[in-house]
Amino acid sequence: MSCLDTIHSYAFRSLGYGERLLPREGFDLCQHVTLIGSGLILNVYFAIVALAAGFILATALAVGKTSRHALIRKPCEWFIFLFRGSPLFIQFFVAYQLLVMLPRAGITVPLGLFELTLNTNWITRAWAGAAIVLFLNTSAYTAEIFVGALRTVPRGDMEAAAAYGFTGWRRFRRIQWPTMMRLAWPAYTNEAIFLLHATTLVFFSGFPAFQQRGDALYYASYFAGKTFNPFIAYPIVAVYFIILTLFITWVFGLVGRYLNRHLPTNERQRRRPRLLPQIIR
Amino acid sequence: MKKILLASALIAASAGFASAQDTIRLATEGAYPPFNLINDSGKPDGFEVELFDKMCEMAEVKCEWVVTDWDGMIPNLQSGNYDAIVAGMSITDERREVIDFTQNYYPPAKSAYAAMDPDADIKGGVVAAQINTIQAGYVAESGATLLEFATPDEAVAAVRNGEADAVFADSDYLKPVVEESNGQFAWIDQPVPLGDGIGMGVRKSDTELKATFDATIQTMKDDGSLNELMSKWFGDEAPQF
Amino acid sequence: MFAYCADPKSLEGLQWLSCYLTSGSHMSFYASFLTVLVLLAVTAPVALAFGYAGAMAGRSGAAPLRWLGKGYMAMVRGIPDVVFFLFFVVALDQGLEYVLHFARCSDWAEPVRQGLEFRVCPAAKIPPNNAPQVVHQIYGFALAVLTFAIVFGAFAANVLTGAMKAVPRAQLETAESYGMNNRQINRRILVPQMWIYALPGLSNLWMILIKATPLLFILGVQDIVYWAQQLGSMKTQAYSYPHPDWRLGYFLSLLVFYLCMTKASELVLDRITARLSRGQAIVKQSGASA
Repeated sequence: MSCLDTIHSYAFRSLGYGERLLPREGFDLCQHVTLIGSGLILNVYFAIVALAAGFILATALAVGKTSRHALIRKPCEWFIFLFRGSPLFIQFFVAYQLLVMLPRAGITVPLGLFELTLNTNWITRAWAGAAIVLFLNTSAYTAEIFVGALRTVPRGDMEAAAAYGFTGWRRFRRIQWPTMMRLAWPAYTNEAIFLLHATTLVFFSGFPAFQQRGDALYYASYFAGKTFNPFIAYPIVAVYFIILTLFITWVFGLVGRYLNRHLPTNERQRRRPRLLPQIIR
Repeated sequence: MKKILLASALIAASAGFASAQDTIRLATEGAYPPFNLINDSGKPDGFEVELFDKMCEMAEVKCEWVVTDWDGMIPNLQSGNYDAIVAGMSITDERREVIDFTQNYYPPAKSAYAAMDPDADIKGGVVAAQINTIQAGYVAESGATLLEFATPDEAVAAVRNGEADAVFADSDYLKPVVEESNGQFAWIDQPVPLGDGIGMGVRKSDTELKATFDATIQTMKDDGSLNELMSKWFGDEAPQF
Repeated sequence: MFAYCADPKSLEGLQWLSCYLTSGSHMSFYASFLTVLVLLAVTAPVALAFGYAGAMAGRSGAAPLRWLGKGYMAMVRGIPDVVFFLFFVVALDQGLEYVLHFARCSDWAEPVRQGLEFRVCPAAKIPPNNAPQVVHQIYGFALAVLTFAIVFGAFAANVLTGAMKAVPRAQLETAESYGMNNRQINRRILVPQMWIYALPGLSNLWMILIKATPLLFILGVQDIVYWAQQLGSMKTQAYSYPHPDWRLGYFLSLLVFYLCMTKASELVLDRITARLSRGQAIVKQSGASA
C-alpha cells in the first residue's frame, strides 16, 4: 500500500469516511501521520465549536457578573466558579455519567396541541457531549477574562460615551464591547491555545470512541497499542499541536492587529500576547 | 504509565522489605475479575494472583504485584519497569512478535456477547468492548459498530444505559454480570474462542524466567492443582486441562 | 474496622454503609487524597525552582543558555501537557538508566536497545531490581513529580520573566547609580522586587496545578480518580460489598473536593496578596487572580 493509498483510505477516517477497518499491519510513518492527522480534525472541530459558542455565552456571563442585580450576578458567579474551580478531567467524567441517565427513548415535551419529542441518543456521543462540556468550560474561563477587561475599560471612555448620549445597549455595543475585546485579546489568545490543548483530554474523558472514530490521541494510542512503541505516535501528536498552536497565534495576532488598528504604533509591543497561564485546566 | 501504589506506600512504609534475593515484579490490571481484581481490603486478588503466589513459592522466587493500567503494559515491560505481565493477557501473534509468552495457564478464552435484549443485533448493531483487546479487534472486523472503553466494566455499563446493544468480552468476566443481573442480561449467540489461551508475558531476552514458569505451570497442570484452582474461581463448569 | 463488619453480606442499612465506607479499599481511597496533597506540596517548590532557572537562563548573556531557556518556555506553549505526559515518563526513566549504564557498566557487551526492548545492565537499574516495593513506588511517584515540575516550571518561567520585566526601570537605575554591578543588582533589587509582580501569575499557577492533579491518573499513579473509578464501578457477588454502578456519586465527591480546594486557596492567596502589596507602588491588577 503506497502512501497515497493510505492517505486516500484514512485521511477522513475520524469522520467515518474511507476504509472501515483501521490498518492491521505495516504501521509505517505514513499511516501514523495520516491517521493521527485525521484524528486532529476532531480536535480542531472541538476547539472551533467550543470557542465560537463559548464566546457568545462568555460575553453574556461577563456582563451578568458585572451586573448590579444580585439575582443576575450570583448565578453567573456560581457558574464561573463551578467550571473554573474544578478540573476539566472530572467535569468530563461527571458529564458523561449524567448524560447517560437521560431517557434513551427521548424526552417528550408537551406543547399544547402537539408534542415535541427530543431525541437524546446523540448527546452521549463524544462529538456532542464532549463539545458541550468544552463549550461550558471555555465559557467560564473566557467570561473571567472578559470581566477583567470590562473592569479596566477606562472611565474616560464611558464618560465620553455618556456625553455623546450613548446609553444602554448602544453604549455597550459601540463603546464598552470593542474596548473590552481589545483589552482582553492577548489573554483570549492564550485561552484559545489552551482550549485546543484541552481537547486532547476528550480521549480520557469517559466518552467512548464510536466506530473507531476518534481524536488524534485515540489513533496515537491505537498505534502505540499495536507497535508497543510510544516514542513514535505521541511525538507526532506533539508536532501537530505545535503547528496548530503557531497557526492560532498567527491568526489571533492578525485579529489583534485589526482590533488595535486605530491606536498609535508605540503600542506595538503590547500586541504580542504574553503567556498568562491563567486559563489552562 | 507506571502504576504505583503510593497510597499504600505512605501507610505501610515499613512493610514488606525483601531479602537480597532478586524479586520478580508481576504486573496486573486489578480490574478483570475473577482473573485479577482489587479486593475490599485494597489488595490484588483473583485467580491469577492466587495461582502465581503459589507458583512463585514452588519456584522459590520472591514475587511482587504491581497494579498498572492495561494500556501501556507491554512498553513498560520492555523498558524494564516490571518483569512479567500476569493480567489475563491472551496469547496472540501480534503480541508474540514483541514479547514472549509462557505456555498457557488458562485454555483459549471464550469470549461472548451479552445484552439486555435477547434479540440484540450483534453483527450490525453497536457492540462495546475494552480498548486494545482481541475482543475489540474481533468486533471491528465482525461488521458491528465498535464502541471502545478504557475498562471492561465501563463497557458493561454502556449496555446497561443503552449506549450499546451488546458487550463483547471474556465469558468468564461476563458470567457473574449475567448471572447476578436478575435476568436483565442474556447471552447472545455462541461463545467465540479467541487467541491461544492466557499466558504470562515476559521479555524476549528473559529466557530463564520463561523456562522457570513454563516448568512450574507444567507441574501444576500435571498434578491437577491448576484444575482445582480453576474450579475454585470459575465454578464447576470451568474449563479443565 | 468495626466488629460487626466480619460478615458484610448479612448487614443492612447504616451498618452496611459504615462497614462499606471503612473497608480497606476505601482507606486507600482516603489515603490517595493525601497523595494529591503530597504531590502539590512537593511539586510547587520544585516547579518554582525549574521556573526560576528557566527564567534566569532566558535572560542570560550567553546565547546557548538563552536559547535553552526560551526553548523550554516555548515548549509547553506548543504541546498539550497530556501528550507530554504520555511518553515523557517512560523516556525520562530510560534516559536516566541509559546514563547510568554508561557510567557503571562500560564493559557491557550487549546493545541496550534490542528491537523494542530496552535492556541495561542490572547495576544501572533504577531502582535496583531487588529493592523493596516501597522504593519502586517512591521512585515512580518521584518521576511523576518531576514530569509535573518540568511542565509547570515552564509556566513559572514565563510568569517570572514577565515579573522581572515589570520591575520599574527606575529602581534598577537607582541601584546602578549607587555603583552596584549586575550581580548585585540582580540579587539585591531585581529578585526581591520581582516577587510582588509575580504573585498574581504564581497564584494562578497554583490554581492550575490543583486542577492538573487528576492527570496523575494518566501518569499511572493510583490517585483519587483511580480509586473513584475502581470503587464506583459495579461490584458483583465476588466482592464483599456488591453494589451497582456508583461512579457518579464518587466523581461528584471529587468535584466537591476540588471546588473546596480552589476556594480555600483563593481565600489564602488573596490574603497573601493583600499583605505583600502593602507599601508597594503597583496598581491592583484586576481580573488577574483566579
